[in-house]
Amino acid sequence: MSGLPLLSLAIWVPILSGLVVLLTGADRNAPLARMLALIGAIAGLVVALPLYSGFDTTTPAMQFVELSPWISRFNVNYHLGVDGISMLFVILNSFITVIVILAGWRVIGSQVAQYNAGFLIMSGLLNGIFSALDAMLFYVFFEASLIPLYIIIGVWGGPRRVYAAFKFFLFTLMGSLLFLISLIYLFLNSGSFAIQDWHQLPLSLAAQKWIFLAFLAAFAVKVPMWPVHTWLPDAHVEAPTGGSIVLAAIALKLGAYGFLRFSLPIAPDASHEFSGLILALSLIAVVYIGFVALVQVDMKKLVAYSSIAHMGFVTLGFFIFSPMGVEGALVQMVSHGFVAGAMFFCIGVMYDRVHSRLIADYGGVVNRMPKFATFFMLFAMANAGLPGTSGFVGEFMVILASVKFNFWVAFAAASTMILGAAYTLWMYKRVVFGAVGNRHVSELTDISAREFLILALLALGALGMGLYPQPFTEVMHSSVDELLRHVSISKIQ
Amino acid sequence: MTLAEMQFVLPELRIASAEIFVLAMTCLILIVDLFVKDKRRTLVYVLTQLTLVGAAATTMAVSTGDISYTFSNMFVSDSMGDTLKLMVYLSVFAVLLYSRTYVLDRPQMAKGEFYVLSLFATLGMMVMVSANHFLTVYIGIELLSLSLYAMVGMNRDSIPSTEASMKYFVLGALASGLLLYGMSMVYGATGTLEISTLSAGLLEGQGNGIILAFGLVFLVSGIAFKLGVVPFHMWIPDVYHGAPTAVTLFIASAPKLAAFAVVIRVLVNGLIVASHDWQIMLLVLSVLSMAVGNFAAVAQTNIKRMLAYSAISHMGFMLLGMATGVIGRDAQFVVNAYSSSMFYVVTYVLSSLGAFGTILLLSRAGFEAEEISDFSGLNKRNSWYAAIMMMMMFSMAGIPFFVGFFAKFSVLQAVVVAGHLWLALAAVFFSLVGAYYYLRVVKVMYFDPPADNTPIKAPGEVKLLMSANGLAVALIGISPNALMILCATSLNDSISFFR
Repeated sequence: MSGLPLLSLAIWVPILSGLVVLLTGADRNAPLARMLALIGAIAGLVVALPLYSGFDTTTPAMQFVELSPWISRFNVNYHLGVDGISMLFVILNSFITVIVILAGWRVIGSQVAQYNAGFLIMSGLLNGIFSALDAMLFYVFFEASLIPLYIIIGVWGGPRRVYAAFKFFLFTLMGSLLFLISLIYLFLNSGSFAIQDWHQLPLSLAAQKWIFLAFLAAFAVKVPMWPVHTWLPDAHVEAPTGGSIVLAAIALKLGAYGFLRFSLPIAPDASHEFSGLILALSLIAVVYIGFVALVQVDMKKLVAYSSIAHMGFVTLGFFIFSPMGVEGALVQMVSHGFVAGAMFFCIGVMYDRVHSRLIADYGGVVNRMPKFATFFMLFAMANAGLPGTSGFVGEFMVILASVKFNFWVAFAAASTMILGAAYTLWMYKRVVFGAVGNRHVSELTDISAREFLILALLALGALGMGLYPQPFTEVMHSSVDELLRHVSISKIQ
Repeated sequence: MTLAEMQFVLPELRIASAEIFVLAMTCLILIVDLFVKDKRRTLVYVLTQLTLVGAAATTMAVSTGDISYTFSNMFVSDSMGDTLKLMVYLSVFAVLLYSRTYVLDRPQMAKGEFYVLSLFATLGMMVMVSANHFLTVYIGIELLSLSLYAMVGMNRDSIPSTEASMKYFVLGALASGLLLYGMSMVYGATGTLEISTLSAGLLEGQGNGIILAFGLVFLVSGIAFKLGVVPFHMWIPDVYHGAPTAVTLFIASAPKLAAFAVVIRVLVNGLIVASHDWQIMLLVLSVLSMAVGNFAAVAQTNIKRMLAYSAISHMGFMLLGMATGVIGRDAQFVVNAYSSSMFYVVTYVLSSLGAFGTILLLSRAGFEAEEISDFSGLNKRNSWYAAIMMMMMFSMAGIPFFVGFFAKFSVLQAVVVAGHLWLALAAVFFSLVGAYYYLRVVKVMYFDPPADNTPIKAPGEVKLLMSANGLAVALIGISPNALMILCATSLNDSISFFR
């Protein structure tokens, strides 16, 4: 087991199978393309799973490390490795890829090969982001992952897909270009692109502040934090269901992950310096965006805003610098991957039948789709943070940590329990309960076996994590402790 | 010196054998063409391509890696020159191969002259690359330019083409005048036109500073014109637009390599002492080019004009590296900076070939693919060509894993090394603007329905080379190290004399 380069496999198996899928070409080979894509996605998951079983929870050090020179001219290495922070995301991403391929099985009828290949390639690139230990490698994966999503939104998206695709691409690129400059700056100061070297690199407070802000530009857009979140509702609404799932479940985690891998350890003093700002932005996201979500008439937009609010929780958890907060935020990230992915899938299920995302076009869905309504209920509850679901664990940990930090911060953060319940359950009530609203609803058919399988898998994740979170948290402990110990030491010399 | 002491020394011809070979073959092809009855000029075409292959073989055979001079030090052969020449052959070869069908479909252009002029232009570029004397530089530039003026106007009955040719000629003549004037001033200040002596003399403190600075302004203006950077860029959009696409492809590729070589020969090899002056000039030119090029490209609907403005911005970006080599008085980072520029220009040529090559593919008899909308739905018509064009666009936009990203990255790191953080920020800002119009091409190809369902036909060798071109942009992107090192070592060997 130890002999295999597992991380490389997790990156390149999906990418290569994506290329193979592309070769099937025209739509008359669509069944073959789908089958190959599913095999590729499952293979990607299979090679990722040993990362968990072979993981040593006692050490904060990087595991499954691979190191070979890549661009020797600039001392850039192909350097991979995961710790307790990143390992779960590699697996989550590989898992979500299987879901996404299944989710598009019947729905996508045109350019099937390209659709599936896009997701497979993106899956590999995203795994690359989570396992890169070389900043250049990270950046390359980070930027390259924009291309497949741009195409997926633009080709298979809704009516305003072009606008959404451009906005998504340019917003993210804007942030990451500043990030690139700070990477070059750090390279010139340290002579290497190794992220772990940079963790030890002494930097003046002024330099740290600039670096922190440049990182913030990249990661805040990705998270997304208020006020640079405006691309996300557009992208979510226009993206096909699969695109929304990946966007919510994985792509949003990149920004938060970037904070943990780059901002906090490389610029710890600046992180403390700016923590007030980040906390304020996070609370605005939680409270203000929560209210924004309340008034949405479009279900996808509502869940998109709820994602922003949930991600506000994550950044909040990071910047109170306590193990409980950071772990809570990480749990929240994983949980949000299951729950938001499932919410978008549920909306997709209804959209495929009625071709509308407007809440007003529904009503009484439970009368026609009882099985679906049950699953949807579960995920709505998880989204609202009901105890027993994964949504609760992370939120509770973050709130607990913030009570210790500052009562009023915790007070504002806890409002999400009410707001989240309000907007999610109110939407659920209007869509699912009541009398059958109109002709379209009366013609609905309940979920197919494929849809049942997808929802069941996601429900397993959401419930399992809610009832027994320990397998998820125990792998994080030593890495999070090490990170916080590192962040508490000043780098100014 | 008495008559007896004067000896006629035959110059060392060996190191210029590639140039001699190309010249001889060109003259031969000129004559052969007279006797060819074939309307398709297959023989001429094949001979031309063989000449390029032969030139490449000759260059590789005589390449030693050392700096050697001949023709009374007017001509230099070194590893940077050899590398660039090989790139020039490669891109001219690709140009002629890509444009073969296009030319055949247009009887006006299907003449032997197209190939002969291409070879003369190639010879001009070779001379530019190997110049060690201002007059050699001038001869090379003129040989290239005169051939190009004629090629641009080859589509005789087309008004835009004739107009473009005229504009190019008038402005080009002006630029040559500037260049000559600058050279005469440098001669006035230093008493020599030989690049290596000039630099040796200047290093020892000879020469009149003020006249030299004046001369430098004219030299930089002339070179800027040939590179096509703002404010000497006016000809680029009109010529790219008006010229037959095959000729646009020619202008947009190999001449950029030669112009880069001239920058190295004249400014670095000759006038490194005045680097403080010309770096500032280049910086201004560079920022202006990135600004004007990127913003103007956004407004274009014609893809050739769009790529013309994009070329302006790319040359501006490339100049950033040239402008940040000498830091203060410290020449420690010159190889780093200049080789970044070299890598940039080489990879740009690669992307440019692919992009214009796709435009050529879409054109056919009686139809010119000119508008961006002509690309609509290309993915549904032929997904591989769409993928190639997409790779070119993302490469030009600087998105990894495509090679353009590493080019931008290496220039940016040179800029940051030189301490110009604001310049790097400006450069990435303009890149962001640039990303918009490249994305628009991708959008048209992938998101829009096809407007035209004519099948795209191309001969097998074009398909093959296009695919290789596309894969090169992707694969060099995945593994850019070798090309980066090649650029760095060949430059290092060539500019080692002043360090």
